[in-house]
Amino acid sequence: MLRVSLREISAALKEGRVSPTELCQRCLSFIKATKFLNAYITIAEDTALKQAEESEERYRRGQILGDLDGIPVAVKDNFNTAGIETTCASNMLKGYIPPYSATVVQKLLDQGAVLLGKTNLDEFAMGSGSTDGIFGPVRNPWSYSRQYREKSVQNSHIENEDSNWLVTGGSSGGSAAAVSSFTCFAALGSDTGGSTRNPAAHCGVVGLKPTYGLISRHGLIPLVNSMDVPGILTRCVDDAAIVLGVLAGHDPKDSTTVQDPFKPFELTSFIDASKLCIGIPKEYHAPGLSSETLALWSKAADLFENAGAKVIEVSLPHTRYSIVCYHVLCTAEVASNMARFDGLEYGHRSSMDKSTEVMYAATRREGFNDVVRGRILSGNYFLLKQNYETYFIKAQKVRRLIANDFVNVFRNGIDVLLTPTTLSDTIPYVEFIKEDNRTRSAQDDIFTQAANMAGLPAITVPTALSEKGLPIGLQFIGRAFQEQQLLTVAKWFENQVKFPMIQLQGMMDHGHTICHHQKSAFFS
Amino acid sequence: MAASILRRSLLIPRCRAGDVAALHSGPSRRRAQAPEPIASGRRAGNCPAGERGVAPWVAVVGLEIHAQISSNSKLFSGSQVQFAAPPNSLVSFFDASLPGTLPALNRRCVEAAVMTGLALNCSINKKSLFDRKHYFYADLPAGYQITQQRLPVAVNGSLSYSLCVGGKKNQMVTRTVRIKQIQLEQDSGKSLHDDIRSQTLIDLNRAGVGLMEVVMEPDMSSGEEAAAAVRELQLILQTLGSSQAIMAEGQLRVDANVSVHHPGEAYGVRTEVKNINSARFLARAIDYEIQRQIKELENGGTVMNETRAFDYKLGCTIPMRDKEGKQDYRFMPEPNLPPLILYDTKSLPANTNHQQVVNIDWIRERLPDLPSVRRVKLVEQYGILPEHSFTLLNEDGLMEFFENVVRQTQMNPKKVIGWILNDMLGYLKQYNLKVKESPVSSLFLADLLNLLERGTISSSAANQLQVVPSAPSGSCPPVLLLLEPSLLLPTKPRNMPAASRSSVGPGQAGSLR
Repeated sequence: MLRVSLREISAALKEGRVSPTELCQRCLSFIKATKFLNAYITIAEDTALKQAEESEERYRRGQILGDLDGIPVAVKDNFNTAGIETTCASNMLKGYIPPYSATVVQKLLDQGAVLLGKTNLDEFAMGSGSTDGIFGPVRNPWSYSRQYREKSVQNSHIENEDSNWLVTGGSSGGSAAAVSSFTCFAALGSDTGGSTRNPAAHCGVVGLKPTYGLISRHGLIPLVNSMDVPGILTRCVDDAAIVLGVLAGHDPKDSTTVQDPFKPFELTSFIDASKLCIGIPKEYHAPGLSSETLALWSKAADLFENAGAKVIEVSLPHTRYSIVCYHVLCTAEVASNMARFDGLEYGHRSSMDKSTEVMYAATRREGFNDVVRGRILSGNYFLLKQNYETYFIKAQKVRRLIANDFVNVFRNGIDVLLTPTTLSDTIPYVEFIKEDNRTRSAQDDIFTQAANMAGLPAITVPTALSEKGLPIGLQFIGRAFQEQQLLTVAKWFENQVKFPMIQLQGMMDHGHTICHHQKSAFFS
Repeated sequence: MAASILRRSLLIPRCRAGDVAALHSGPSRRRAQAPEPIASGRRAGNCPAGERGVAPWVAVVGLEIHAQISSNSKLFSGSQVQFAAPPNSLVSFFDASLPGTLPALNRRCVEAAVMTGLALNCSINKKSLFDRKHYFYADLPAGYQITQQRLPVAVNGSLSYSLCVGGKKNQMVTRTVRIKQIQLEQDSGKSLHDDIRSQTLIDLNRAGVGLMEVVMEPDMSSGEEAAAAVRELQLILQTLGSSQAIMAEGQLRVDANVSVHHPGEAYGVRTEVKNINSARFLARAIDYEIQRQIKELENGGTVMNETRAFDYKLGCTIPMRDKEGKQDYRFMPEPNLPPLILYDTKSLPANTNHQQVVNIDWIRERLPDLPSVRRVKLVEQYGILPEHSFTLLNEDGLMEFFENVVRQTQMNPKKVIGWILNDMLGYLKQYNLKVKESPVSSLFLADLLNLLERGTISSSAANQLQVVPSAPSGSCPPVLLLLEPSLLLPTKPRNMPAASRSSVGPGQAGSLR
C-alpha cells in the first residue's frame, strides 16, 4: 500500500480503504525499519499520530481539508517546524525548536497532511551528496534494491557490501530517500543549485524546483536567498502538481513571492506533441557526462521527435560560467546569512565566554563544519570592498547573462528544454568522499544550477536504469511561471518511459533491523 | 531680548573667548566650489595661526542624522514601536533574526521617508534599493543592518536654517545646507553593560525600528550652524509627524564629521564625532573638536581619521575604542527585498490597489505647512518680527499659546508677543518649565492683557500677577486676584470700606457661600 502514489492513497483514504491513523502508523514503522538509510533526523511520532487522528476525525465527519488530508509527508530539516526540532544537520542548531512553521509547512498542515518527520541533508544544505551533516550520510535506497544488487553481483561490485552503499545525492538526500523508500508520499526539499533535482534523479523520484517567487521561502533557513526555492519530491509528476497546487501563491511574509494568484491545475495525459518545441542545449554535452546518460538523453529527444514535436538544438553560451559564478554568489550570501548564528539569541553557544568576540568565534567554530566555515570565509573575501567589483558585481553580471540566454531561447519559440539532470548515475559513498565537498558540488550541480540562476522552473523525471541498475533522470526546464506546461510535458514523458519501480526486497536482506513479519506486511 | 531668547531656545552655549566657532561667520560654502577663504571673518583672538599671520583655519562640518520614524510598527516586522517598554517585550521572530524569517517593508515608514524627502526639497527616487551592512555586534542580531547604501529613497535636497550672527548676536541670517540623501534603515537593539558582573544585557525592543538617515553635505563650519540646522530639521520632522525627533529619547541622533584646513587648500582629515545625544551638546562637541584639531595641527601633529565620542561630563571628545581597525562593512544587496518602487500620479498603473502603492504626488499634496512657511505667515498675519516667529516655533507649543492669547485679547499682537517672549517665557525658563507645563494659561494671560489694555491694572501689576498662578491654586482667573487692591490702578476713587474685607473672618466664611 505504501508504494502507491499520493493521488492513489488519497483516493484510498477517501474511499475508506485505509484510515489516516493506520497509514501513519505504517509509515512510522517503516521509517523505523529503514532507519539505517538515515533519511530522517527527527521522527515526529507523537505529533504525526495526533495529526493522523485529527484527520481521521475529519474523514469520519466528512469534512476533509483537501487532497492532502491524512497523507504522510516529510520535510527537509532546513524548514522551520513549530515545536519540532529543526537542525539543518548542524551543531549550530542541534536542539533548536523553532516557535513558528515555514509557510510551506503550514500550508501542508492546513491541508491536513501528516508530518512524519524531518529529513537529513548536508549541513545547511551545502553539499551535493547528503554526506556532510552532523547526523551522518544518507544511504540511497537503491543500494538495497534488487535491480542494483543483481547487477552488482554479476559485476562483482559488492565485495564488502556494507561499505558499498550509494549516496543519494544532495542536499535534499533525506527527502529523496524517504520518498524513494516509500516511507512517505511526498517530501519537501530545497533547491538552490539542484539540491532537490540531484537527489531525486539519483533516487529515482520526481523532483520539482518551481519558479523563484512562486512559493514562499518564509521559514526556509536560507542558503542563497536569491536562488533558494522550496522543492517538491514525489513518486510521479501528477503528485508534484498536487503538492505544487497546495504550496504555490503569494505570501505577505515573503516579499519576493509574486502577487498574481496561482490557480492549481490538473495535468492532462494527452498532449499535442506537434505543437511542442523542445530545445536541446548543446552546451550540456559537458565533459564527464556518462555515455549512458548521453544515450538516454538522445533517446528522449527522439521520443519527442517521433511523437511529432519539434526538437531543436539551442545554445546557452553562458551556462558554462554558471558554476564559478555560483561559487561567488553563493558564498557571499552564505557569509551574510550565517552572520546571525552568533550564539546569542538561539542555537549553540560556546562555553568560552571571556569576551563577546571570543564567544562569537568559539561558537561559530564549534557550530559549523568545515564546509560552512569555508564558504563563509570565501564569501566574506568576495564581499570585501576591494574585491566587491571584481568578484561579486562581475558574478552578478554573469548571472544576468546566464538568465538572458534562457530568455533568448524561450523567445525563439522553445517551450521546454530537455537536459540531463546529473552527469551519471550515483556512486558509492567510498568513491564519493574521495573528492571534497566543493569539487563534488561543482561537478554535480552542472546541469541544474543555471535554472536557479535564472529562477526558472525545472523538473527531473526518472527515466531509466543504468547498466548498474541505478536510476538516471532527465531534466525539463520551462519558462518562468509556466509550471503547467512544464509538468504536462514531464507527465507525458513519464508515461512514455515507464520507469521501473524500485524493488526493495534487497533492503530486507540487508537485515539491519527489519523483522520478518514487517517485511511481509510491507511488500505483500 | 528676542535674540537672546532665540539663542537660548536653540540651547547653544555661548562660545568661550577664542572658541573657533567665532571664526566662522562667513557664508556657507559648497563642496562643489573651491573652499572660499573666509579670512574676512573675525578671527579668534588666541588662534596662533592668526597671530603668525598665516591664513586662519576653516572648519568643515557635515552631519549624519538618524531620525527614528514615528510609526506603529517596525520597518520590516509587525512588532510595536514604543519608548521605554519592558526589555525585549517588543520583539518579533524577525527582530530576533530567527533563522528563516524574512523582511516585509512597512509602508508607513516609506511614506514618512518620502514626506521628509519632499519637505527637504529632495528628488524622490522612484526606484530605490536595500542593502545589507555587515558587522558583528551583540545588539545587531542578524549580523547585518538593512539599509539603503546604493540607491536611497531620496537624494539632492536642501535645508535652510537661520541663526543669529554679529557681535551682539542680533543679526539674523539664513543659510542652506545641502541634503545628500535620505535612506531608510533599521535601528539596532540596545546593549546594557553591567561592569560589575562583566556581562552585557541585550534589549531588542529597538532592533528593527525604522530610521531615516539624513546625510547633510559638509556645508557648515561651526557648532552653532550645525545646531541651528539640526533644530530646523527637528521642527520639520515634528511638523510632518514623520519622527517625534526627541533627542533625549534617542529619536534623533547626530553624528558630526569635522575637519579643518587652510582656505584654498584641500580639506583636512576628518573625524567623526558620535554620541551627541542632546541638542545642548551638539554645538559644544563640534566646536571642541574643531578647536582640538586646530591645536593638534598647530602643534605639528596630525588629525587621524577616527571616530571620537563626546564626553559631556568632561566637555571634550575622546577617541572611541577601535573595534577591529578599519571596518569593512561588506555591503551586499538585500536579496529578500525587491526594489522599492514609488509612483506618481502619472506613472501609477491603472487598477492598482492603493493600499499597496505609495504615490508621491498624493503625499506632496497633503504636506502640512512647514516651519518656514508658518513663520512667514506669523510675520504677515500678526506683524511680528521674523526673530519672534522663530522663537514661537522653536518652543514646543508656544505658537499655539500665542495664537490662543491673541484670539482672546484686544491687545495688538505686536504687544502680545512682547509679553509672551519677554515675560512669560523668561518666567518659564526661570523655573525650567515647558510651555505645556505653564501655570499661566492662555486664557489667564489674555484676561490679564485685557485688563492691562483697558487700563485697569499697570504693567508691573500684570507682571506680578503672572507670577502668582505658580502657587498651587493658581488657576483662578485674574479678575478674582484683582481683589488685591494694591494692584489696581486708581481709575476713579473707590470707597471700599475696610471692614467689608476685614470682617470676613473664618468663622463667618460660611455665610458668604
